[in-house]
Amino acid sequence: METRFTRGKSAILERSVTRPKTEVSLSAFALLFSEMVQYCQSRVYSVSELQARLADLGQGVGASLLDVLVLREKNGKRETKVLNILLFIKVSVWRALFGKEADKLDGFPAKVTVHWHKGTTLMIKFDEAVIARDKALEGR
Amino acid sequence: LCRECKRLTILNSELFTLTYGALVTQLCKDYENDEEVNKQLDKMGYNIGVRLIEDFLARSSVGRCQDFRETADVIAKVAFKMYLGITPSVTNWSPAGDEFSLILESNPLVDFVELPDNHSTLVYSNLLCGVLRGALEMVQMAVDVKFAQDSLRGDNVTEIRMKFIKRIEENLPAGDE
Repeated sequence: METRFTRGKSAILERSVTRPKTEVSLSAFALLFSEMVQYCQSRVYSVSELQARLADLGQGVGASLLDVLVLREKNGKRETKVLNILLFIKVSVWRALFGKEADKLDGFPAKVTVHWHKGTTLMIKFDEAVIARDKALEGR
Repeated sequence: LCRECKRLTILNSELFTLTYGALVTQLCKDYENDEEVNKQLDKMGYNIGVRLIEDFLARSSVGRCQDFRETADVIAKVAFKMYLGITPSVTNWSPAGDEFSLILESNPLVDFVELPDNHSTLVYSNLLCGVLRGALEMVQMAVDVKFAQDSLRGDNVTEIRMKFIKRIEENLPAGDE
């Protein structure tokens, strides 16, 4: 990061962040993703380690995606309230990832786990602190 | 092809670009140097290519190519278009007709990507070389694929050079000599 700043403005920073027009096929993504899973699998000894590695990979993607989506769709204003974050995920994030909105928004938990039951449900379990803060914000 | 598959076929390239970036970043952490990462990308690309060819043959109605020129056209105009949404141009044919270049004006793998100074020998898109090699091997063609020019490393365009090595004969079962 430092190098880029001292070298003078990079051309990349000038580029606009509108939605790219290039369309990549789902198979390309699926094949890439599958290979990434296999790569992670070859370097771990347990399922939980595998999940941790995959989650690590995803974290970087999510962080970048968040910046782009918030800039593009919300004028740079990030959501801080729990319900709004969930709605943001349901609508914007899901649309960016899967091309359509998520089907249902259920309950408010914040540790994310995946359950397979009549389709895939991602459960997000929130910390007590987050719930408490949210309540405090509402009180203001 | 089921209708569901057709509807979900197109994916905005951002997620793809970010995912590939996560992979390269992880490889850079896991391996000591750029050369190792390049090799790993090529290997993973090869694994993908070996599976991609089946998907390609199933979805496109392309028949067997008559010669390397036809192969080049199919790769550039059909395959690249189908998977990455781009159409590189085919140029720089060798006199013997066994080598050509694919010139990529744009490449979804490298959108918004910049190589940091300490990774100047990283061939970021090396996965593509492996994919092409693996896919063609499954249709009995041994090829050598490498980047001749790379816009990430300062060149004006990105150029992939493909060379036909030989036709791969089907393996005979042992003891059939």
